[in-house]
Amino acid sequence: MNQQHLVRMANNIGDFFEAMPDRQEALDGIAGHIKRYWEPRMRKEMLAYINAGGEGLSDIVREAIGGGRIA
Amino acid sequence: MFKLTETDYGTPAQTSDAQVTLNIDGNDVTVPSGTSLMRAAADAGIMVPKLCATDSLEPFGSCRLCLVEIEGRKGYPSSCTTPAESGMRVLTQTPKLQQIRKGVMELYISDHPLDCLTCAANGDCELQDMAGVTGLREVRYGFDGANHLQDAKDESNPYFTFDPSKCIVCNRCVRACEETQGTFALTISGRGFESRVSAGQEQSFMESECVSCGACVQACPTATLQDKTVIMLGQPEHSVVTTCAYCGVGCAFKAEMKGNEVVRMTPWKDGKANEGHSCVKGRFAWGYATHKDRITTPMIRAKITDPWREVSWDEAINHAASEFRRIQASHGRDSIGGITSSRCTNEETYLVQKLVRAAFGTNNVDTCARVCHSPTGYGLKTTLGESAGTQTFKSVEHADVIVVMGANPTDGHPVFASRMKKRLREGARLIVIDPRKIDIVDSPHVKANFHLQLRPGTNVALVNALAHVIVTEGLANEKFVAERCEEKAFNDWKAFVCRPENSPEAMSAVTGVPADILRGAARLYATGGNAAIYYGLGVTEHSQGSTAVMGIANLAMLTGNIGREGVGVNPLRGQNNVQGSCDMGSFPHELPGYRHVSDGVTRSQFEQAWGVSISPEPGLRIPNMFDAALAGSFKGLYCEGEDIVQSDPNTQHVAEALMAMECIVVQDLFLNETAKYAHVFLPGSSFLEKDGTFTNAERRISPVRKVMPPKAGKADWEVTAALSNALGYPMNYKHPSEIMDEIAMLTPTFNGVSYAKLNKLGSIQWPCNDESPEGTPTMHVDEFVRGKGKFVITKYVPSDEKVTRKFPLLLTTGRILSQYNVGAQTRRTDNVMWHTEDRLEVHPHDAEDRGINDGDWVGIQSRAGETVLRATLTERVQPGVVYTTFHFPESGANVITTDNSDWATNCPEYKVTAVQVMPVAQPSEWQREYQRFNQVQEDLLNRREPVVAAQAEK
Repeated sequence: MNQQHLVRMANNIGDFFEAMPDRQEALDGIAGHIKRYWEPRMRKEMLAYINAGGEGLSDIVREAIGGGRIA
Repeated sequence: MFKLTETDYGTPAQTSDAQVTLNIDGNDVTVPSGTSLMRAAADAGIMVPKLCATDSLEPFGSCRLCLVEIEGRKGYPSSCTTPAESGMRVLTQTPKLQQIRKGVMELYISDHPLDCLTCAANGDCELQDMAGVTGLREVRYGFDGANHLQDAKDESNPYFTFDPSKCIVCNRCVRACEETQGTFALTISGRGFESRVSAGQEQSFMESECVSCGACVQACPTATLQDKTVIMLGQPEHSVVTTCAYCGVGCAFKAEMKGNEVVRMTPWKDGKANEGHSCVKGRFAWGYATHKDRITTPMIRAKITDPWREVSWDEAINHAASEFRRIQASHGRDSIGGITSSRCTNEETYLVQKLVRAAFGTNNVDTCARVCHSPTGYGLKTTLGESAGTQTFKSVEHADVIVVMGANPTDGHPVFASRMKKRLREGARLIVIDPRKIDIVDSPHVKANFHLQLRPGTNVALVNALAHVIVTEGLANEKFVAERCEEKAFNDWKAFVCRPENSPEAMSAVTGVPADILRGAARLYATGGNAAIYYGLGVTEHSQGSTAVMGIANLAMLTGNIGREGVGVNPLRGQNNVQGSCDMGSFPHELPGYRHVSDGVTRSQFEQAWGVSISPEPGLRIPNMFDAALAGSFKGLYCEGEDIVQSDPNTQHVAEALMAMECIVVQDLFLNETAKYAHVFLPGSSFLEKDGTFTNAERRISPVRKVMPPKAGKADWEVTAALSNALGYPMNYKHPSEIMDEIAMLTPTFNGVSYAKLNKLGSIQWPCNDESPEGTPTMHVDEFVRGKGKFVITKYVPSDEKVTRKFPLLLTTGRILSQYNVGAQTRRTDNVMWHTEDRLEVHPHDAEDRGINDGDWVGIQSRAGETVLRATLTERVQPGVVYTTFHFPESGANVITTDNSDWATNCPEYKVTAVQVMPVAQPSEWQREYQRFNQVQEDLLNRREPVVAAQAEK
């Protein structure tokens, strides 16, 4: 998969949910959206990308999808 | 099957609750108050002679044939203009009336050719009928005096002829152009004997403002305005009611036939989506169905550099199946998938997603709604609870304020636009939100009260500013919000939207819309009575498309403009079956009825019915398929009816992805752009060649009926079933009605739908189930589908596509009236006479800066690619914005558009691309390569190896 595309898509999702007043709601929203709409190989690749440093990912996205929450 | 000539009641039906009873020719008749005597008589089975009256138009009272006698009243009033009153005693046939009518007919015929036997309208001519009814036996005046018999025909329109020698100046065409279509292109020029129908300023029809909708042809009682196909073929002998294969309005048409040949398509007046109206595409542009470019024999090839080889259906299907299985064996089950088009029927899209899920064993199925209205599905489901528009089209008749946002209905949804314009002429007020000055902003008898000419990509900022005004100025419908919406979500949203950065003053720097204009529009929307929002791809095809849809739903909830007639959130779907293709589970994360694949209860119902296990994980969306193909994990594609190469963004990226795949199976009418990258071609069938249903933008399921055998021997649903059988998963449907029965069994919102009910009711708006056995015209009436409506915070996030010194202009894309989508259909009709090429609209200031003159070739360069088009200088676009369409493949409009997409759905950001535009002298490199590649593919098609056996099998 194209990592640049995945990073941009994840950050765009993060931009939307970051506006939620409840931080936990925002984090759950990001992880839930990716889990619900991304095909497993995309999620797998994103997790590998995070494990490799996750360059370019926004802070809220890193926080939201770390820890296997989108596995 | 259906009557060729429907009953014409003479004047429109009235809907008053008050009833009046009168006596006509000895019969007591009870009709709604306001009904004309003519219509009351027709209700009693008494047809009063008439020429200028027809029930699609308001009464005019000019022909003097429909005179009647009313007991106790003097004279002979026209029955079309005289309202029925209680206690009236009316006579429609008396010796005196007979004498008057005969005299009137004699005058008409004294200036009319007596060529009935050779006239194209012979058998369908009201003048001829009236001559018979009135008993006209001679015309005493002869033809020696002045007459119009030698008037020249106007043949300029490719679809109909205007023969003024046959005109009786009944005004029906002029009134149809005004009342039905709302274009006001026709008039009566001259006075007295000189009175003649005139298009525009005594121009030919093609030179005039005429949009060729056919309303005048439909209204003409003589052969004056006549379909050229009728002139050529003669009168039809039977008709079949079916549904148009073009836009999301979903007009009902009568296919008027001679045997298996279509003579003409006439709009069906009982069709609820169009009520007897049509546009140039549906009415006239159906010739593509028999175009010589149709491919009617299956073909295969090993590589895309090989010539095609015609094969039998069996060989083609078995080859495709074995290739898919080979790929899965090598690369895994999820290495293949399927794509359907919104041009497919419900039954076809249902079958393809079933094939992908049950026979392929994956959720890698998507539909072209991905690239148009997927944000509508997401946004409306999240806020209101259902992925669909809330109203009927007829609802617009009750709207007091109409908001048109990111839609161009006069071009994209012309028949609905006519209904909307009619309401606007009655006094409803109009707010247009669009970067361009689209026609409806300022057209005859319609002027927008507010045109919010925002910069492309700033919809969410603008919607938030509208909400800010409504909340901070105390214009919200607090009672509705308190009763119908989630309290916490509303309070969070309210706090967000009240922030100063969402004020119109702050946002004007982003949107370009002056704060006072925006405040005025917000006040009008909130306080102007019933307010309805109609939106299109100008809302959805953005990086914040889903956010904007939710913002629109927020506005409707905030003002209580939802749950009754005249209001609502109304997505204008681009293609005929966008709604249906989404309903049918052709998204990779959803089963039919918008139920997520991770929902175990739903999944188990399908697993039980289909006898397979279904993955609980979402599959790949279309753009993800391309990325996976380039990454080497997606190798095979079954693509039915969709031309992804032309219609999806970043053409070069799509083409590279397809070239990286091992087996692409295309099922289509023509060798479209995608088929040039295919290994198997399965001939498709046009909407005239199969049974099925389309679901339009108002959730209306309408029948598509077969009027001729499939030209390739199989309807599309039969091809999919054959492929499934070859893959080892049996599909043994005998008719699409059985597929609908299965859909109904497994989909709660379709539980009550069947072909028998569709035949009985004509069409059905889902949900149709035990609670609403005849369908649901208006949604969310007492409560939202999700229970309480949910306000969602919609923070404005600027697009990544930003103007720079290198790319200082914003390109936005759209459609034009005469062409449709990728143009595969309309380019193969005479509609090309209106639009022969895609052009780039440039504001004169931007053109002057660059030395561009009208008609010059200009290069348009973006971060994704470059193409060359001719420029049209126009102030329809604002400075800094350029615009084009994508109807012709050689234009390469999508060579320029980028991979950016909606955050929630991956719907491409077609509407915002930063570009530079400069004069050039030659086609772009991409265009030169396209011409070369296209020529190679055309040659490979022309050199295809015929197989006699394959022909014989058909």
